[in-house]
Amino acid sequence: MTSLLSPRERLLGTHRWLWLVLGVVAVLSVTRILAGTPDLTSSGTFGSALRLGTPIFLAGLGGVYAERVGIVNIGLEGMLILGTWFGAWAGWQWGPWMGLAIGVAAGALGGLLHALATVTFNVDHIVSGVAINILALGGMRFLSVVTYSGDTGGGATQSPPISDVIGKASAPVLSGGEILGWESPDLLGNLEDQRWLFLSDLAGLLRGLTVDVSWAVILAVALVPASWWFLWKTPLGLRMRSVGEHPVAAESLGVKVYQMKYLGVVLSGGMAGLGGAMLVTEFARIYREGQTGGRGFIGLASMIMGNWRPGGAAAAGGLFGFTFALELRDEPAVHALLLLIALVGGALGIWMGYRRRWAPAIWLVGTAATALAVFLSTDSIPREFVFIAPYVTTLVVMALASQHLRMPAADGRPYRRGQQL
Amino acid sequence: MTLNRRLVYAVVSSALAILFALAVSAVILAVSGNNPLEAYGQMFEYGVRVDSLASAVNRAVPLYFSAMAVALGFKMGLFNIGVEGQYRIAVLVAAAVGGAIALPAPLHVLVIMATAMAVGAVWSGFAGYLKIKRGVHEVISSIMLNYVATGVGAFLLANWLRQENQAGDLVIKTPEIAPSGRLPSLNRVLELFGMDPGRVNLYGMAVVAVAAGVGFHMLINRTRFGFELRASGSSPGAAEMAGIDPKRMVLLTMVISGAIAGLVGMAHLLGFFHRYTIDFPTMLGFTGIAVALLGRNHPVGMAGGALLFGWFDRATQILDLRGIPKEIVFILQGVILLSVVVAYAVVEVRIRAAESQVVTGALREEES
Repeated sequence: MTSLLSPRERLLGTHRWLWLVLGVVAVLSVTRILAGTPDLTSSGTFGSALRLGTPIFLAGLGGVYAERVGIVNIGLEGMLILGTWFGAWAGWQWGPWMGLAIGVAAGALGGLLHALATVTFNVDHIVSGVAINILALGGMRFLSVVTYSGDTGGGATQSPPISDVIGKASAPVLSGGEILGWESPDLLGNLEDQRWLFLSDLAGLLRGLTVDVSWAVILAVALVPASWWFLWKTPLGLRMRSVGEHPVAAESLGVKVYQMKYLGVVLSGGMAGLGGAMLVTEFARIYREGQTGGRGFIGLASMIMGNWRPGGAAAAGGLFGFTFALELRDEPAVHALLLLIALVGGALGIWMGYRRRWAPAIWLVGTAATALAVFLSTDSIPREFVFIAPYVTTLVVMALASQHLRMPAADGRPYRRGQQL
Repeated sequence: MTLNRRLVYAVVSSALAILFALAVSAVILAVSGNNPLEAYGQMFEYGVRVDSLASAVNRAVPLYFSAMAVALGFKMGLFNIGVEGQYRIAVLVAAAVGGAIALPAPLHVLVIMATAMAVGAVWSGFAGYLKIKRGVHEVISSIMLNYVATGVGAFLLANWLRQENQAGDLVIKTPEIAPSGRLPSLNRVLELFGMDPGRVNLYGMAVVAVAAGVGFHMLINRTRFGFELRASGSSPGAAEMAGIDPKRMVLLTMVISGAIAGLVGMAHLLGFFHRYTIDFPTMLGFTGIAVALLGRNHPVGMAGGALLFGWFDRATQILDLRGIPKEIVFILQGVILLSVVVAYAVVEVRIRAAESQVVTGALREEES
C-alpha cells in the first residue's frame, strides 16, 4: 500500500518514529535522574536490549515473510525451538557459525512442514502452527535424550556448551572501536559518563547499539533493510506480496501462488531458526528446554505492532528486547520502571482528562498512582514480576496498538489453485 | 453426505494418522539404535495390565477437560491456547483455598472445584475482554497470559499461599487438603468386577469427567448458548444478522472455556497430590489442544483421544527400564497430531467436493 502514501506522508511517518524514540529516551532520562539509577539507560542495558531483541525481531521478520504470502505462522515458536536445538548441537561440534547455519536450516525445515500442511493440504494455519510447536517441543526433548546421554556434558533438557564465541566489533571514534590497531576515542562513552539530562541517555542508547556488537547481531540487523528491499523493491518480492493480498488475481497474472507461499513460509522458518540459534550462540551458549520463552509469539506481536513491515517489526522487537534486558540488570533499574509507569501513566491520564475522555483518564491516573505508591513504599520488585514484565508489556502494547493496523488482505485465508473469488 | 459417512471418514482417517505416527516413530526409534518392535511389544504388554489401564484413565481425565475447554472455543472459531496458564493458576488458588477451609465432605470438594472454575474463568476472561475491547488476537493474549500465570503463581505460592516448611523440608507447597476435600478412589468399583489395579488409585474425577462430557454435549446441542455458538462459528455474518451479539459470544465462550480449564488440575489435586507443589504436572493444557483436534471437538471423539494419549503416556513408562528412551511418546503424540490435522483437512476437501457434486447434480435435474 506504499504507493497510496505521498512522499510527504512517508517522510512524516519516519519522523514520527524518530520523535517517538527521542521521547522515550527523554522519559527514561527523567526517570533515571529522579530514581537515581544510572543503569536504566546505560549502554550496557541498551546493548543487552539489542542482543535480546534480535531473536524477537528475527521471529517478527519471519512473521512478515509468512503473512505477506498470506500464511499465518503461529509455528514460529516451534521453529525458534528447532533453531535453538540444532544451533546448539551444531555449534557444540563445529563452532558458533555452523550453529547459526544449521539453526537456519532446521527452522526452514519447520517452515517447509508448515507450508506442506497449510498450502498443499489446506490445514487451518493456526492449527498447523500449534501442532508444529507441540511437535518441536517434544521432538527436541527426545533428541536431547538420545543425543546427550552418556558423558557429553548435556542431558534430557540441555546441551553441552558451545566453546567458541562469535567475534564482536565496536564503531570507531564513536564507541572506541579499533582502526588498524589504533584505539580510537570513545566519544559516546565519555558523554554517557557525564550523566547529563537526556544527552547522556541518548549517548547510552547509541553506544549500546554500537559497542561490542557481535557480528551475528550485525548480520541479523542487516536482514531488516535487506528484507524490506527484497519484499518491496524486487519483482520476486512483489509477486510474494501479491499472493498475500489477492491470490486469485496473482494467479491470473501468471504468478505461481503455491511456490510463492512455500518460499515465504520457508524463509519465515529460516528467520526464526536464525533467531533461535542466536539465543544459543549470543546468549546462553547452550540449548535449554523452554529457552525460547514465548519469543516466537512475542515476535508475532512485534510483527503486528510493526504493521506487517520489517522496520516496524524490528523496532517493536527492540522494545521487547529492552524489557527482557531489564531482567538481567541490577534491581534498582527495574524498580525505577515503576516510576516510569507513574510518569507516563500520569501524563497520558492528564492528557486524556484534558480531552475529556474520562474513563481512560481515571484508569491511567489510577494506574500511575498505584505505581507511584508501590515505588515509594518498596525497595525492589519481586523477581517473579520482573520475569513477567516482557509478557505484560506485550499485552499492554497490543491492547494499545492493534487497532490502526492493516494486515495483508488474504492473510490466513485458505487458497486452492484455480479457485474463484 | 450422511452423518454415518462422516463418522466413517473420521474414524478411518484418525486410525490412518495413528498408524502413520507409529510408523514414523518406529523409524526414529530404529535410527536412534533401538528396536521398534521390541519397544511396541513392551508397551503393549505393560499397557494392558489392569493397573496400567487405570493409570491411563487417570492421565486421560485432565486431558479430557482441557480438550473440552479448547473445543468449546473451536466451535466458534476462537482459539483458547491459554488453557495451560488457566488451569495452573486455578489449581494453585483452589488448592490454597481447599487447604485453608474445613467443610463437610461434598461441600468441601464443591468449593474447591468452584474456586478453580472461577479462577480459570477470570484468567481466560482477560483474553476475551482484550479481544472484544481492544481487538487483540486471543492466541497472542492467552499465550502471554500463560507466562503471566507462571510468574504470578510463583509469587503467590512463595509469598502468600505456602505452608511454613518443617526443618529440612525444602519443597514449596500449599497446606494439605483435609480428607473431606478429596475425591474417593474408584478402586472399590473395579474390585466389584474382579479387577485389582494394585497401587494405582483410579481417580474419582473420572466420574465427573463422564458427566462433564454429557454436559458438554447438552451445552452445545441442546441450549440456546450452544446454538448461538455453533451459528457464530459456521457463519459469523449470518449469526450477527440474526441478532447474536458477536462480542458477547466471544466473552461468554472464553469465560466458559476458562471455567472448564479450571477443572483440568482437579483430577490430580483431589485424587493424588491433595496440595499444590512446584512439581504439579504441566503441559496438560497444550496436550489438550492435540486431543481436541484428534477428537474433532466431539465429546466422544475427545474421550477416545484423551484415553489414547493417556495410554501412550502410561505405556511408554516401561521403556526406560528397558533402555529405550520413553520420550518417544512426545514424537508419537506430536506426529499423531500433525498427521491427524492433515488427514482431516484432506477428508474435508473430499467431502466438500462430493457434497457440491450432489448439489450440482440436483440443480441440473431441476433445470431439465
